[in-house]
Amino acid sequence: MEKYIFYTLAFSMIAFAIAAVNSRKMMRSVIYLLFVLVGIAGIFFLIDYNFLAAIQLTVYGGGVIVLMIFSVLLVHHIELELTLAKTYKRIVAAIVSAIGIGVFLQVIYTYDFPVVENYKTTSTADIGEKLLSYGDGGFVLPFEVISVLLLAAMIGAIVIAKGKKT
Amino acid sequence: MDIRYIYLIPFIPLAVFLLLGLNYKRIKPSVSGYIGVFGLLVSTVLSYYTAYQYFFVPGKVNGVYKPIIDRHVWMNFTDTLSIDMGLYIDAISVMMLVVVSTISLMVHIYSRGYMKGDGGYTKFFAFLSLFTFSMFGLVLSTNLFQIYIFWELVGVSSFLLIGYYYTKPSAIAAAKKAFIVTRFADLGFLIGILIMGYYTGTFDFETLNNPEGSSILNWASTSFMGLSVITWGLLLIFVGGAGKSAMMPFHIWLPDAMEGPTPVSALIHAATMVVAGVYLVARLFPMFYFVEEGFALSIVAYVGGISSLFAAVIAITQTDIKRVLAFSTMSQLGYMMMALGVSGYDGLEGVGYMASMFHLFTHAMFKALLFLGAGSVIHAVHSNYLKDMGGLRKNLPITNITFLIAALAIAGIPPFAGFWSKDEILVAAFENNQLLYYIGVFVAGLTAFYMFRIYFGIFWGKEKQYDHPPHESPASMTVPLMILGVLSVVVGFIPFSEFVTPDGKGFEAHLNYPLAAIAVTVGIIGIVLAWVFYKKENNLADTYAKRFGVFYKWAYHKFYFDEIYLFITKKILFNGVAASVALFDKKVVDGTMNQIGNKTVFTSEKIKGIQSGKLQDYALAFVGGVVVLVMIFIYFWTE
Amino acid sequence: MIAGISIYEILTLTTLLFFIGVYGFITRKNLISILISVELIMNASVVNFVIINKYLYPDALQGVIFSIFIIAVAAAETALAIAIIINLYRQIGSVEVDATETMKY
Repeated sequence: MEKYIFYTLAFSMIAFAIAAVNSRKMMRSVIYLLFVLVGIAGIFFLIDYNFLAAIQLTVYGGGVIVLMIFSVLLVHHIELELTLAKTYKRIVAAIVSAIGIGVFLQVIYTYDFPVVENYKTTSTADIGEKLLSYGDGGFVLPFEVISVLLLAAMIGAIVIAKGKKT
Repeated sequence: MDIRYIYLIPFIPLAVFLLLGLNYKRIKPSVSGYIGVFGLLVSTVLSYYTAYQYFFVPGKVNGVYKPIIDRHVWMNFTDTLSIDMGLYIDAISVMMLVVVSTISLMVHIYSRGYMKGDGGYTKFFAFLSLFTFSMFGLVLSTNLFQIYIFWELVGVSSFLLIGYYYTKPSAIAAAKKAFIVTRFADLGFLIGILIMGYYTGTFDFETLNNPEGSSILNWASTSFMGLSVITWGLLLIFVGGAGKSAMMPFHIWLPDAMEGPTPVSALIHAATMVVAGVYLVARLFPMFYFVEEGFALSIVAYVGGISSLFAAVIAITQTDIKRVLAFSTMSQLGYMMMALGVSGYDGLEGVGYMASMFHLFTHAMFKALLFLGAGSVIHAVHSNYLKDMGGLRKNLPITNITFLIAALAIAGIPPFAGFWSKDEILVAAFENNQLLYYIGVFVAGLTAFYMFRIYFGIFWGKEKQYDHPPHESPASMTVPLMILGVLSVVVGFIPFSEFVTPDGKGFEAHLNYPLAAIAVTVGIIGIVLAWVFYKKENNLADTYAKRFGVFYKWAYHKFYFDEIYLFITKKILFNGVAASVALFDKKVVDGTMNQIGNKTVFTSEKIKGIQSGKLQDYALAFVGGVVVLVMIFIYFWTE
Repeated sequence: MIAGISIYEILTLTTLLFFIGVYGFITRKNLISILISVELIMNASVVNFVIINKYLYPDALQGVIFSIFIIAVAAAETALAIAIIINLYRQIGSVEVDATETMKY
């Protein structure tokens, strides 16, 4: 059962990803991206990282995508057709990407991963403890740094987007 | 003896030049004349003081006049080879100081009258000062390179002064001609200097001229085309000297240089600059004498003798009095060269060298006087041509007498200065080379003839119709004439051989009576012939001119030298060689360069797309590069 | 772990997503589209972190925590990028890459 769900998710994600980078309508492009992000959240659910899936949905599905939609609506006509790059450039990019995919997959498939069979469930409490622990392997310092970074980014975004008062 | 004050001698005229040249518009003409004359007066006094100091205060050391040298290294190439700047005081440079300062002072005073009312009065004095500075620097040079620098400076000032009337096309052409011809000869000089520097390792006169020095003793070490390279160097240096001194075949500029104002002709093209070539050979005399048994020196002698004869023949036929004087100058310079060429080195053998310098000295006086006298005549009648003159002796009494003195001096009539020096030259030639001696005697006769031809033509003969009656020149012009007239008489009595000899020892010269008698007789014959031909208006001269026919025509046209030069330059060089060279230059040299440029532009046009400045293009290159690198590391990188 | 699905399949999926993102980044002409491509690349790497954590080191949580950080940074980045884009739009009236090249000259 889980296998089919994964395949369904995987194919739809790839299809939406391709659609997202090829669509000539800005709005659709953003929505295709939303589907890919939701698909990723689905994969997190499948491997029992529920908290992560929740974050993925709230931050990406709820935050980033909404932000993008607003910006698209601010700067574009909804019907605007986007221009695409020159054909030869797209072909070159496609070839480079294809070679990259080939190399990556070849490396992945020739490497024997020491996979540990497990069906462990990770609770939010475990993550929270790890995040706030200041002992060995604790992440309290990066956590604080990230919080400051977010604050700075927020202020910066406001300042930049507001522009000069005229 | 502290000789540093001698630096003032050249630098005062330089200061005057800068003062007048930079304040050309601000200084009133009346003031600038005085500034020029006063500056030069100081230099002249210092020059005479130097002469006195050099010859009498230290005097001879062990019976020899030693050069006094003040040298400062300027550019150092190797241990021995360096370009220095400094002073070289010896007998001939002191003598030249006296000559240059005296003549220059006279010309300065004279110019105040002659150039009065000219628009470029201040400029004229500035140029004169520049020339005087350069000439002083030239005679005081310590080495070949320093002399070359000042050599070119006198060339430039000569160019400026010949082209002084720059609105006159003929003056411009003459200035260019003088500059280009001498410049061409100076190319030989420069190559000669470089050969000397390379093969002897020094430019310094003191080292070069040391008879026991390596540069003279080792002359045979390297040879080229059957002659020692040192001889080649000396010959090339002589080419430079011949260019300045208007020897054959570089003489063509000198007659044309008469386009300049007459005082300039007197100063530069009669007395000082043109003797620079003679001075240069005299300066390197030990080298010329010792290297290859004096081969180069014999060339100097023959070139001098032939030039002297050649110029004298042309001088007979010319009708422009300044041109007659120009060819006369060339002839006398040939005399000096010839005397140097037949000279020996030790003791009495050095009579030729002494005679050459003596003649240089006396010639400067009477030739300057002749030119200034001619200037006075031209000033009075406003023409250069003999046909416009005649019977002027009553109108210009002072000019008449001084001109006569100078003409007698150059004709070699005792007791005037020219007699003494010319006699020594003929003695030297007689003892060493009979052929040159006969040429010399013949030229002496010709000299007397053409000189009195113009004398009688100007001051005697039939009076011509003048627009306004000619009158004697102002005192500023006649006073220098009188001073030079006196000098032309007395300088012959200076016991020159006591002071100026190649080895510095000095000897007592004696008059060789038979030779002197011959020379004087020939001179008198010349004068008498001129008297017969030109004293009264008659057609004897024309008759004889017809009798000589072709030869007269050739001489009148200066043996077609100018035409030959024009043919060679215009027809052969410009059309033949230069055109093909220009084609080669345009097609091959420029073509190569243009192609390189075009290809560069073309290639950059092609590849500039790579440097698009677009982030995404760079990202593509980056990703592609990463992929390629990863592939290399995985598949081709084997430990 | 997902029953019946090996790590290879999941890594294949992330690789594809990653290079689709790269392709988009290179070819798109619009700043927001480029941003979308960047999101794709980031999410592919986030999934990689999580999958490797889950399949190889189930007892550790580093991969998960890094993913959280990446998501936080990505959110900050998106916010700033959107701010810049909007400001740019105010300045030059366009968010096309070509239009921003006027700065070069």
